[in-house]
Amino acid sequence: MQWDVIIQWLPKLFEGVGLTLQLVALSGVIGLILAIPLGVARASQHWYVRALPYGYIFLFRGTPLLVQLFLVYYGLAQFEAVRKGPLWPYLRDPFWCAVITMTLHTMAYIAEIVRGAIQAVPAGEIEAARALGMSKWQTMLFITLPRAARIGLPAYSNEVILMLKASALASTITLLDLTGMARTIIARTYLPVEIFFAAGMLYLLISYGLVLCFKLLEKWLRVDTGQLGR
Amino acid sequence: MDTLLKLESVRCSFDNEVVVNELSFHINEGDIACLLGPSGCGKTTTLRAIAGFEPITAGNISLRNQPVSTPQHRLPPEQRHLGMVFQDYALFPHLTLWENVCFGLRKLTRGEKQKVAQRVLELVGLEQISHRYPHEISGGQQQRVALARALAPEPALILLDEPFSNLDVDLRRRLALEVRDILKQQRITALMVTHDQEEAFAMADKVGVMQSGLLQQWDAPFTLYHEPANRFVAGFIGQGRFLPGRIVAPDQVATELGLLRGNRAYPWEPGTPVEVLLRPDDVQPDPSGPLRALILNKTFTGATSLVQLKLPSGAIIDALFPSNAEEQPGDIVGVRLDMRHLVAFPLSNG
Repeated sequence: MQWDVIIQWLPKLFEGVGLTLQLVALSGVIGLILAIPLGVARASQHWYVRALPYGYIFLFRGTPLLVQLFLVYYGLAQFEAVRKGPLWPYLRDPFWCAVITMTLHTMAYIAEIVRGAIQAVPAGEIEAARALGMSKWQTMLFITLPRAARIGLPAYSNEVILMLKASALASTITLLDLTGMARTIIARTYLPVEIFFAAGMLYLLISYGLVLCFKLLEKWLRVDTGQLGR
Repeated sequence: MDTLLKLESVRCSFDNEVVVNELSFHINEGDIACLLGPSGCGKTTTLRAIAGFEPITAGNISLRNQPVSTPQHRLPPEQRHLGMVFQDYALFPHLTLWENVCFGLRKLTRGEKQKVAQRVLELVGLEQISHRYPHEISGGQQQRVALARALAPEPALILLDEPFSNLDVDLRRRLALEVRDILKQQRITALMVTHDQEEAFAMADKVGVMQSGLLQQWDAPFTLYHEPANRFVAGFIGQGRFLPGRIVAPDQVATELGLLRGNRAYPWEPGTPVEVLLRPDDVQPDPSGPLRALILNKTFTGATSLVQLKLPSGAIIDALFPSNAEEQPGDIVGVRLDMRHLVAFPLSNG
């Protein structure tokens, strides 16, 4: 193992880490924000409210992220209307293509987590809130969603870590994220073992950091206190 | 006294299955009432219909003479101003006890909230630990918080759904009395649902016995026990066995235990075969008594023993013996009847 090579290329690998973190953070946060209304609609009792989110989730969970990435990056440029459209400066940029695709993809998964969490909130607590004078929407805002956030948080942290690893696919559309950077360095040094080892370690460190952050968040939100009446 | 809650011919159904039918009763301001019945009798559905969580398919429910539920219209639960205490308490686990209690007080100012929360938490004796979270306190304390939370917005009526069923027997009795005291002292009207008759008797001024969606009897506990309206109520409330007999006079029934006299006149023709309800406390040991019976079984219950007796005809009755009585299963003993209330029903064929 040539440790000096690893150390020599570490600054470049850190650049890759920066891009990976940007991709994961943007898709994780935007995906979460968009997934909440989607998940609420998915948990609706009315089929016509449920239908659209159901179809969306079915589509984006049922196809590989790589295929979605290629369709957005290579596919959209085929359309004249897209090339002439106001969003073209973004859509021709591989970074934004990756952010958009990863957001749309993770959003489907998070919406399912939100739905499951909403449905896991004990019916009694919702009725208690209603009996205490809250309308349906107030109950959703003050009881159901805060409770669902605590129920769904562990599953959400899992999804973020999955997205961290899925972000390696961004390297297939020319992005120099951690994986892309590692491959570029390998093309220069011909030392795949050393560089992939270093990249793997960095992924591990990022995961560890994410796990730690979510643990603190769970503690702060008192996730473990939701186990009442069992 | 004013009528607070009134149900008239209420029917509830799920998917064409009638769960509650022709249910009518009313509760006066300040009274504690209870719906009692075996599981699946429709009592919880009734409570949920009153709270506004279930629609009704016939009849109407009114609060202070204002209709709240009809088959056409249902006032949403949040506009009924009722307090509700749930079987599993349904406390909000992410909020402290204090925040749980304040939850229904959003319309009050900070100062008012403070005052009300302080008052209701003192009422249930938990003001010292109001900063704790629900999972950090015991089941009995959780139940008290649930009550405090329901009391805080000063509801017109409190609904309690099997409020003590998750507690152990000892605590259940104590808490039932405590809750009754609090409700009475605050002059709060309450309707409770339970399958535990001791709890119902301890808490309620009026008890309604339900079976298969129908109200069988609505009366004071004493009347239910001593003057059950029908055979179901007689069998469901308290212990007791039925002994066959024959009407001799409107207030007299001939049985193998002799002529039984009551304080009630029955309309049936002399000679009509009937069943007489014998409570264990109606039958007492009497060594010199004229009636002889064989002891089949003896259950020690503390102050008394419940003894199962076989009469010469083969009929089986229960009796209460003092727990120091020495008779054992297999012995023949003398017994005596000491009845104040003669309860008889025409013999059902089959």
